[in-house]
Amino acid sequence: MTEKKDTKVKKVAIICAKGSIEDVYATLVMANGAVMEGMEAKVFFTFFGLDAITKKYMMKLHTSTVGNPAMRMPGGLPFPTLLGLLPGVEAGVSVMMKSQMEKLDIPRVDEFLDMITAGGGEIYACKLAVDMFKLKKEDLSDHVIDIITIGDFYNMAGGEGSQIIFT
Amino acid sequence: MAQKTYAGVTLEVTEDGYLIDSSKWNEEIAKEIAKEENIELTDKHFAVLKFIRQNETGLTIRKVGNSGIVDIKGFYTLFPGGPLKISSKIAGIKKPTSCV
Repeated sequence: MTEKKDTKVKKVAIICAKGSIEDVYATLVMANGAVMEGMEAKVFFTFFGLDAITKKYMMKLHTSTVGNPAMRMPGGLPFPTLLGLLPGVEAGVSVMMKSQMEKLDIPRVDEFLDMITAGGGEIYACKLAVDMFKLKKEDLSDHVIDIITIGDFYNMAGGEGSQIIFT
Repeated sequence: MAQKTYAGVTLEVTEDGYLIDSSKWNEEIAKEIAKEENIELTDKHFAVLKFIRQNETGLTIRKVGNSGIVDIKGFYTLFPGGPLKISSKIAGIKKPTSCV
């Protein structure tokens, strides 16, 4: 039998390219989880993921009620996609998700970013996406250290025990 | 189950070094566990330890940050390299299971 030798994860570089509540929270939970374990964490927000760090939208993230087979009614019955099309339903579902998260002591996006950066985590915005959405540095949350290219991000993602995660 | 001797008392601990019986904990034991983590405990550390011992159930970094004793950044400074786990170990309580 060969001896199993694991290298500990020391650093995570997380790329978030989607802007729904669940995608953004997956990123935030993973980044915060890393700093909580004493690891380095760097997060790169790109494309629709930029909503999570754009002042105007970061507190207004939604979850999609259409085309999500895992979406269920309270009680567990399937959530009909047609119902998700009705005005206000997506907003209602999103509010419900946020209130469920609050019960588990999962913070709001801005507070979550506070927690991650307080633990030494670093937040970056993708230059290409910022240009595409015609955003400026001042449109972005103060948590954002810099607007950088994906190449810059890769260059800071290396080292022994480093992992790149795409959500 | 492992055993460890802190401040002249032999205590049962988990594989990760967390005390099994938190009622056996005292400040001298805390100081010796902290030494293993390379932390010199100050009054501020003890104030945080007291809070987390009182709020063991459902303990999160966020709760410590809202305790009024220390903010989250300060919590990371007091217990570098994994504040919730390290402070829980020093406080003699169970290993935290929270993801936030």
